[in-house]
Amino acid sequence: MKQIAVKVDDLTVAYNYKPVLWDIDLEIPEGVLMAIVGPNGAGKSTLIKSILGILKPIAGSVSIYDKPYEKQRQLVAYVPQKGSVDWDFPTTALDVVMMGTYGSLGWIKRPKQKEKKAALEALEKVGMLAFKGRQISQLSGGQQQRIFLARALVQNASIYFMDEPFQGVDATTEIAIINILKELRKAGKTVIVVHHDLQTVPEYFDWVTFLNVKKIATGPVKDIFNDDNLTKTYGINYKVSIQE
Amino acid sequence: MLGSFAVLRKQSLLGDAISHAALPGIAIAFLITGAKDTNTLLLGALVSGLIGTFWIRGIVTKTHLKSDTALGLILSLFFGFGMLLLTFIQKQPNANQAGLDKYLFGQAATLVESDVWLMAIVTGLCLFVLLLFWKEFKLLLFDADYTKTLGFNTKFIDVLITSFIVLAIVLGLQTVGVVLMSAMLLAPAAAARQWTNSLATMVLLAAIFGAFSGIFGTAISASQNNLSTGPVIVLVASVFVFVSFVFSPSRGLLFKQIRFIRNRRDLQLHKTLAFMHNIAETHEDISHPHAIKLLNNFQGYTRKTLKKLVEKDYVTLQGNMWSLTETGFETAANLYTKQTTEDE
Repeated sequence: MKQIAVKVDDLTVAYNYKPVLWDIDLEIPEGVLMAIVGPNGAGKSTLIKSILGILKPIAGSVSIYDKPYEKQRQLVAYVPQKGSVDWDFPTTALDVVMMGTYGSLGWIKRPKQKEKKAALEALEKVGMLAFKGRQISQLSGGQQQRIFLARALVQNASIYFMDEPFQGVDATTEIAIINILKELRKAGKTVIVVHHDLQTVPEYFDWVTFLNVKKIATGPVKDIFNDDNLTKTYGINYKVSIQE
Repeated sequence: MLGSFAVLRKQSLLGDAISHAALPGIAIAFLITGAKDTNTLLLGALVSGLIGTFWIRGIVTKTHLKSDTALGLILSLFFGFGMLLLTFIQKQPNANQAGLDKYLFGQAATLVESDVWLMAIVTGLCLFVLLLFWKEFKLLLFDADYTKTLGFNTKFIDVLITSFIVLAIVLGLQTVGVVLMSAMLLAPAAAARQWTNSLATMVLLAAIFGAFSGIFGTAISASQNNLSTGPVIVLVASVFVFVSFVFSPSRGLLFKQIRFIRNRRDLQLHKTLAFMHNIAETHEDISHPHAIKLLNNFQGYTRKTLKKLVEKDYVTLQGNMWSLTETGFETAANLYTKQTTEDE
């Protein structure tokens, strides 16, 4: 039995009266590439944000490798939705990637050559080295997404949470990103991705969680990615053709 | 300097709200002490400015109101209360009361040496904190959620930035006054943003613009009678903003327009050349002369672009006939590949 990388217990989150997430129990084994799928408003982003402590849950706890999340932050990297920041911010691509090193640096200390080298390596991994000095507003959507990915890579974490990394990117970028994610999995990392395109789930991922306020199902794609669970999650009679 | 942060946080109006919120603090401090000691008055301004800021925070997080609504609400509430207190003070038989209204529009002439020292010290402190927490400030400004996941205490950074903005505003009150203070905070930052894409340069430029506005503004108002300093400083700062909006090389309106026109012209040239290339390709001899009339089928063609092409030696004109030169043919052939690589 593989080790459990992320364990969520009884997580409940509400913005107002209505709960967005209800009593979520989730165990994510180490080394999987997992998709979180569900309709709009199912709480997919909320789940990630609550695990990461960005949102405060009403109840529940999160542990990373059997210890509370707060003590394991350095093991976790986060790729937010691209639209969550102002890309007109006066800074360069390299600078944004450097931000990934800030956490390990801690307060006040400045990034040095070592951090810069790590950032450049990450830029190269995502194929963006040529754009390192580019003002971030002059990057395309796909390039911005790659910059965010590079920033997470720099953190050198064990667990990666990504909020819709394929949103609004072209086919080339999508393939480039998924290849990096598969490489991460090969290196024994755990990758959790909020995903929208059901068609690509069997191709990209080996683990899946169905979510619609409550957890519907979680497990290996080959066992649980079926019409039954899709119908339960999306509420309509959903048929997906799984390519073998 | 600190204005840069306000601008980038899209909380530009916060400065306005804070400065207005400082007014009742000044009035209350005067009512309590009965004296016009600058330091106590500014302390009062600081306290009520901070209260105003945190109320705004509270309104935004606790209710569904948008931040502009919250700002407007607090701004007018505090300013109204401040004005009420001021008029009340004016009715009092205290000889000291004259001069409090100076804080409305500011009067640099009321500054004494100790005030200047206080400003210098606070500026130094601001600089120190700014340099110390530069990395954290930048991170929070760009991506607050991400900052949290890295393990930084975002609330602390947030309070720190806000406190210094409030501090800077309160100190500026004496010079520029409640009503115009926010311009002083934002104008240099807005101007600086036009010139640079680096946060460090932006903050530095904003500081320089701010300082120059101060110096020039004071100089101008000193050379003329009856020109109050605060408004003149703000006007000078606005000139900086105007010049920056129009003349900045990358973001300025002027150069944008010039670039736009130039690009159009280049494209027209390219298009004409490409069209000629297409026709020329149908003949063995690329320099086969063609009637100018042929070009009429092509809409982008103008006599002006044709002349430009002649100047560049891509085309030769003989009477009413044009023919492509050797270089012209090659350039046209390379054009498409070149353009696609440039777009990358």
